[in-house]
Amino acid sequence: MPYRHLIGPRAYVFADLKELMAKATPIRSGDMLAGIAAGSAEENVAARMCLAEVPLATFLSEALVPYEIDEVTRLIVDTHDAAAFRPISHMTVGDFRDFLLSDAASPQALAALAPAITPEMAAAVSKIMRNQDLITVARKCRVVTKFRNTIGLPGTMAVRLQPNHPTDDPAGITASILDGLLYGCGDAVIGINPASDSVPVLSELLKLTDDIIARFDIPTQACVLTHVTTSTEVINRGVPVDLVFQSIAGTQAANASFGIDLAVLKEGREAALSLKRGTLGDNVMYFETGQGSALSAGAHHGVDQQTLEARAYAVARPFKPLLVNTVVGFIGPEYLYDGKQIIRAGLEDHFCGKLMGVPLGCDVCYTNHAEADQDDMDTLMTLLGAAGVTYIMGIPGSDDVMLNYQSTSFHDQLYLRDVLGLKRAPEFEAWLQSMGITGPDGRLKPPGGANALLAYAPGLAA
Amino acid sequence: MSRDARPSGSPSSAYVIEDAWAKLARATPARIALGRAGTGLPTREVLRFTLAHAQARDAVHTVFEAEATAAAIASLGFETLTVGSAAPSREVYLRRPDLGRKLSQEGRAALASHAGSAPDLALVVADGLSSTAIHAQAAPFLAALKPHLAKEGWRTGPVIIASQSRVALGDEVGEILGARAVVVLIGERPGLSSPDSLGLYLTFAPKVGRSDAERNCISNVRGEGLSHDHAAFKLAWLLREALARRLTGVNLKDESDLLLVGGKPPAMEIGR
Repeated sequence: MPYRHLIGPRAYVFADLKELMAKATPIRSGDMLAGIAAGSAEENVAARMCLAEVPLATFLSEALVPYEIDEVTRLIVDTHDAAAFRPISHMTVGDFRDFLLSDAASPQALAALAPAITPEMAAAVSKIMRNQDLITVARKCRVVTKFRNTIGLPGTMAVRLQPNHPTDDPAGITASILDGLLYGCGDAVIGINPASDSVPVLSELLKLTDDIIARFDIPTQACVLTHVTTSTEVINRGVPVDLVFQSIAGTQAANASFGIDLAVLKEGREAALSLKRGTLGDNVMYFETGQGSALSAGAHHGVDQQTLEARAYAVARPFKPLLVNTVVGFIGPEYLYDGKQIIRAGLEDHFCGKLMGVPLGCDVCYTNHAEADQDDMDTLMTLLGAAGVTYIMGIPGSDDVMLNYQSTSFHDQLYLRDVLGLKRAPEFEAWLQSMGITGPDGRLKPPGGANALLAYAPGLAA
Repeated sequence: MSRDARPSGSPSSAYVIEDAWAKLARATPARIALGRAGTGLPTREVLRFTLAHAQARDAVHTVFEAEATAAAIASLGFETLTVGSAAPSREVYLRRPDLGRKLSQEGRAALASHAGSAPDLALVVADGLSSTAIHAQAAPFLAALKPHLAKEGWRTGPVIIASQSRVALGDEVGEILGARAVVVLIGERPGLSSPDSLGLYLTFAPKVGRSDAERNCISNVRGEGLSHDHAAFKLAWLLREALARRLTGVNLKDESDLLLVGGKPPAMEIGR
């Protein structure tokens, strides 16, 4: 069904909901690359005005990616909670924005609505929201998850300790883990991106992180970010696995390019659950996403990259993940050109994920061929901190020496905690105090003698 | 930037809290034990990082000196031919990866005189995301590769110097030439500690539309990474296997390491 909007004498016509959504999206290079972006600034706003008048219920009857050919669409439609949808079923996209900003949209009301909100609804309303709207509403959404600690409580922000090494050298990875712990990082997860995909190497890294966590009784979890089928294989060999990782995207075809489907994710989750390694909860999955991945795989079906990103959160949702993060600037400038586009995308992704009830963190990052720098990352992480982001990355000095990109650092999270008063996961915060790393105020203690953690690397300690 | 550039001996400000685990930094090139000023980085570290980023940015945007590169390669005894992709500028190149994978009309015309020359290996030198890498590594790498080409008797034809180009441009070049295989030497996406890293992508039976899963990649060719000799040894091993088994990609695993002597490739006699 075509959509029309008049601006003065000019009629803008959008062939279908998919085209309307794409043209309403704040301009970004990936949609331009796909040839689906608005052709002018006025057309962009005409599409937003038109979209604001679309009833939310339309998204339940008009699929952007056909139901028959896409299992992600089938998942979204078949699991939609009609009862939870009733309070907002009469609203247009524009009404929905007003409601979300109002006091009526309390944290409790939003939590109850989450299963009623499809990714297309979340994406649509985000397209007519300003950055401050995305922050205000996301801040009201509560998503709490548990494995060995409690992540997502109001006033907290967790950090993934990312101790990557270009050749997976255990001593090098250990050094970065100790540095990160001593800077108060690691409550979200100690998560290694391995350079290798060989099972013996991955097993060694999993045993290393398990050993550190067990030896110091750290209330956190570990993950080696490899393909879900490899994690399943490693579990079957008896290697200790806390969280099972997978990159996911918003269409069946894009997921196929990652070598997965929903059934494979279910198998991975069941393998992790069978180990019963969580002490506080059974959120055992860790997913990563990012705008542009579907287009990059030639699997976007003419849908804009931000809507497809929200659909990736619909893929994540039924697997009750501990953590999901959007690796927002990693993909490169052909999808998000500069700091402005990366910042906008990070806020949109976080908002959509939280509105849908997914524990969204953000890898606030960029590559060296994007028009962005560390100042842009300072801006985005500060905005996300204000928005209540579940977690960010902690990478030594912001420089990932394995993946060759820049993210947020151990120092950056100290800055955010100081400026915004953000605490860690409470169990981890208590552990840091017991280890003499932080004081009762959560700030790092001044140096005094060698910390007990350094005994883990006897040949390397000061 | 290497770790050595850090002025570890210089006195730091009284306001910098040094980390008591500086020795841990020996175990990794990661930026650990940096110390802190309040919650922030000490001045020396924030500037060291900024310099590394500036060098990586320069590597992306430094103008590709195609003629000088061609001259350096010609001095090794290779014939050369300079072409461009369909991306007219760096800005367009960064936004439109599809254009970087296609030859410009002029480029296609320039290759016409060699069409169907059917070399065993087409050699393409592409600026990619780091012309700095090509300026520093392309000619020395080809010098290291040359004795392998001579030893195996592989015919190569002219080295194609391609500006504003991506890996898949080699597919079109290889298809026009009718090459049995193509290798693209390309400047890799620069990291903070590796602005000049060269990548080698080998594709058997190149033709437009090949996917990345049909290529073999040798990455991180640079001073602090994989040496030119070692990379040339690996490429020769892969090409021999590719021509014998008539494929490249996920079904061709690099097992050249099994032939290393003391972690290094066996010596090649130059000019053999």
